[in-house]
Amino acid sequence: MQVLRRPLAALFAGAALLTLAACAGPKAGEEVSSGVYDPLEKMNRATHQFNRGMDRILFRPASKGYVVVIPQSVRTSVSYFAENLGKPAETVDYILQGKLKEAGVTVLRFVTNLTMGIGGLGDPATELGIPNYDTDFGEVLYTWGVGEGPYVELPFFGPSTARDSAGLVVDFFTNPIAYATGDQTFRYVRYGSYILDQLNSRGTYSELIDSILYGSADSYSQARIIYLQTRRYELAGDDGSTYLESDADANADSYEDFYANAYDAPPYGDPPL
Amino acid sequence: MQMPMTPRPTVTRRSDRMRSVAMPPASLSRRAVLTSAAAGVGLAAVPSQLLALTQAGAEGLLNQLLAEINKVIADVEAGRKSETAAINDFRKLFVKYADTAFMAYYALGRDARSISKPKLREFTAAFQTYIANTYGSRFREFIGGTVTIKSTRKAGSDYQINASANLVGQAPFDVTFIVSDKSGQPRFYNIYIAGLNMLLTERDSIGQMMDRNGGNIDKTIAQLKAKS
Repeated sequence: MQVLRRPLAALFAGAALLTLAACAGPKAGEEVSSGVYDPLEKMNRATHQFNRGMDRILFRPASKGYVVVIPQSVRTSVSYFAENLGKPAETVDYILQGKLKEAGVTVLRFVTNLTMGIGGLGDPATELGIPNYDTDFGEVLYTWGVGEGPYVELPFFGPSTARDSAGLVVDFFTNPIAYATGDQTFRYVRYGSYILDQLNSRGTYSELIDSILYGSADSYSQARIIYLQTRRYELAGDDGSTYLESDADANADSYEDFYANAYDAPPYGDPPL
Repeated sequence: MQMPMTPRPTVTRRSDRMRSVAMPPASLSRRAVLTSAAAGVGLAAVPSQLLALTQAGAEGLLNQLLAEINKVIADVEAGRKSETAAINDFRKLFVKYADTAFMAYYALGRDARSISKPKLREFTAAFQTYIANTYGSRFREFIGGTVTIKSTRKAGSDYQINASANLVGQAPFDVTFIVSDKSGQPRFYNIYIAGLNMLLTERDSIGQMMDRNGGNIDKTIAQLKAKS
């Protein structure tokens, strides 16, 4: 019964957060792109300070070392490996969303890379034209109609929402393979490769992330708006263009207004550079 | 600043009309008044679709911008241009192709309506340099990358151009440019990068600066200049 017990435990762990997500804030589909619901801001800002401190003393230097010392080919392989190990859990997430085609493709991708890609260190699936679908348990909750809930900044994991935090708990502590085989080594390999993958991303996009964390007037607020927008767009999926269109139409009104009344002669001409 | 674009009628644009109304020559003859009145009538008679930005014009703007970006990158790669010079070029391209006056106004939010026009102009100048610098300095990410137009949607007088950006070492992502010619020539006034609304993100950033400066626009202008 181990197969069943542990995922259930994880689900219960997520239940507390889920309740939070379901009770408070805008419901699914009601969120507007500019809407920020952050009643926990005080606590979140404290966590943000903590995360920034951890980044400065630990994560940033470690990632710099990682990308300098380890050749790119090796880092890419590790990232492929980490990504592939997440695929069984994602397959379950797709089934729970009722997206059977995506579930099937994800299984195919996992098996292809595991066998032809030397245990997942390579990515022959992409070369064979197998799409790389990407989901998580947060998206399952979204599909089930759970509201986004308040914005949350998690220690170490960074920007999230109540709904995505619940999803993360489920994703992080469940893995179908570990339960199927009962082999816990798999779990540590997965966490280890996950951390290396994160170091690789931090090192690769060093300039961009530094500019947000250390270069903006309020890094907390910038991280929050960037996360919420990109996550909502991602969740909108195929409806992404509709999502953008309605947002762009709202801005078009501001643009009309700008040229109609607000400002008579924009300072065009040679840029003041 | 006028770009060689797909054929567009050489009629007086909105900004020119405004300028001529605002600054009438001192010795305005009756004849001149009649002529300009006739021109005004003539202008009104031109079918509206001739005046409006076309889909080809909007896409042409984007293609031309991409071509200019690629040219600068090629110059850097061939050693004909230093990176500093390239960043400066990218800043100029940004000001040329983007409606930075509106971006500044939007980013300032409610405060844009309460401050004086000279102050708004001062802020706009500081914002132009700041925004062009912010995006221009990240040109390295575009080296070896491609941007392909997927579809274009007309929304009112705007065109929403959906493109796919394929940058080296990254999964392809969506980029949407919102193009309009309301400024007097075709320019994009917003970009969505993988769903990230540039205008909104900048409004958040400037709003935080204003909050921290206790709503003092001069401090914010100084801060923007310090960042540029």
